Amino acid sequence: MPGPRNAGPGIRNLMNTVYNGAMHRYAVFTACCTFVLLIAGALVTSNDAGLSIPDWPLAYGSLTPPMVGGIRYEFTHRVIATCIGLLTIGLAAWLWKVEKRSWMRWLGLAALGGVIAQGILGGMTVRMFQPPPVSAAHATLAQLFFSTIVAIAVFTSPWWNGPVAEIDDPGTPRVRSLVIWTLAAVFLQLILGAAFRHKGFGIIPHIVGAVIVTMLIFMTAGALKKRFAGLPALRNCARYLHILIGTQLLLGGGAYWSRMYGAQFPQPIAVMVALTVVHTVTGALVLAATLVTALIVYRMLKADRSTAESRPTTEQIA
Amino acid sequence: MRKTRLGMYSLAVGAFALAITGCGGKKEEATETAPAATATPGKTVDSATAGEVTGSVKLEGTAPKMKAINMAAEPACTKARTTPAASEEVVTGEGGSLANVVVYIKSGLEDYSFPAPTAAVQIVQQGCQYHAHVVAMQVGQNVDVVNNDQTTHNIHPIPTENREWNESQPPGSAPIEKSFARPEVAIPVKCNVHPWMKAYMAVLPNPYFQVTGTDGKFDLKNLPPGTYTVVAWHELYKTDPQTITIGAKETKNVTFTFKASAAAGD
Repeated sequence: MPGPRNAGPGIRNLMNTVYNGAMHRYAVFTACCTFVLLIAGALVTSNDAGLSIPDWPLAYGSLTPPMVGGIRYEFTHRVIATCIGLLTIGLAAWLWKVEKRSWMRWLGLAALGGVIAQGILGGMTVRMFQPPPVSAAHATLAQLFFSTIVAIAVFTSPWWNGPVAEIDDPGTPRVRSLVIWTLAAVFLQLILGAAFRHKGFGIIPHIVGAVIVTMLIFMTAGALKKRFAGLPALRNCARYLHILIGTQLLLGGGAYWSRMYGAQFPQPIAVMVALTVVHTVTGALVLAATLVTALIVYRMLKADRSTAESRPTTEQIA
Repeated sequence: MRKTRLGMYSLAVGAFALAITGCGGKKEEATETAPAATATPGKTVDSATAGEVTGSVKLEGTAPKMKAINMAAEPACTKARTTPAASEEVVTGEGGSLANVVVYIKSGLEDYSFPAPTAAVQIVQQGCQYHAHVVAMQVGQNVDVVNNDQTTHNIHPIPTENREWNESQPPGSAPIEKSFARPEVAIPVKCNVHPWMKAYMAVLPNPYFQVTGTDGKFDLKNLPPGTYTVVAWHELYKTDPQTITIGAKETKNVTFTFKASAAAGD
């Protein structure tokens, strides 16, 4: 992976940092493992196995519970979560030791704080018999933590640490504003989804949220596609957002149908589990993709409009 | 500087360790104590004048076919069974008689006091299903949860009026003894290890209750003369309560009819 290049005229290297390939790969690895943890967590909820281990932090009073039925999902979730906790300690410690950007050091600590809080919320859901606000908070923080690790992976990437041309956004509304609204809406939508899944709300707020998120993602992705077709980074963001929201809408409809259909069965049915789990983790991907888009937009697009003369050409950027 | 860093790392590791190992609360007491208000002595029933309410419960319309339970992922469950398992939401007998209905006196006995029976009610986990599917007990009466399976279960009642609890029960372990302090009809019970395992526990303030079998019949004996509201509760269907007046040594017959087309949530 190439390291940072020297910034040329009209091109800035905002961060003035040294790219650390090993750290970036470690952050990406942690993000991938966190995604696996999200799948494991979603499997626990969909299989109604959240309380199959009545005690916490031990499981059936030991570290080796009987691996039967729902215990398999819940205990696997706990083991992966512990591994993610250890990986996050490593990431935070590494960032604290070698990172020159002080805000990155604090971001590492924030991730560590997030994973600790997540562990405590997980314990509370077990000890308090899954009260909807606590379970929904646990589900929401999971997505927030995943996004934090993804952000660390972006901030430690060669692209972020290299020189990037700043360009004007010629359109209205500004993509910088659009992407922030979209990010906020996606995050709120994830809270509504988690609240529905954990029986805090009905489906209506989540459906309304889906309509708003879809509109905002189409506006953001559409603006990126229309205004910055020549810039692969922004064009790809638009493409991924379109693909993810389309997939997520189909999955959402499928997951809801499967819940309704599955209600007549005495146990969670495979199609419901599969669709709901994929819908949940795709939601996390939508949040992460929107966050990455926001970071790229804020890195590449100028905050203020400049005159046409001072705008770098596509050739300069490439 | 070095010391500060070391301190920071120690803090981080310590906090994480606390998150995964600590923060445990005290284990809940096994039995809930009945509220002090119920200790006030009241009238006792005079058997010489007591009457009786008998009757039956029927389901009008076609009973839904119960879905089969898939226990394939749990060999210990399938091995313990001689017949295929099915959901027990609606169990009917001949002529549309309905089982698993709790028939009880809801009101009319407020002046009487009924000490909790010393004999415990039993609910048995066998073949990875609860037997019986619906049990009823008096406030303060013990319920013994027995595990006859060669697999681990957790027993998790989800009350709204009583204290919630969730306990594991490995194979061969002693019965779990519990009681409930407040009346509640009915508390859903589930096993999160085996999500198809569902049962109900009805907790009544007086001894005048019965859970119907497949013949749908009930018989509430030794009832003092008076006017009562009799309720029939089913997990899926609803029906109106009935008001009856019993004279001395009188027997009243009551029939409850549930409609198969009207589920409780409708």
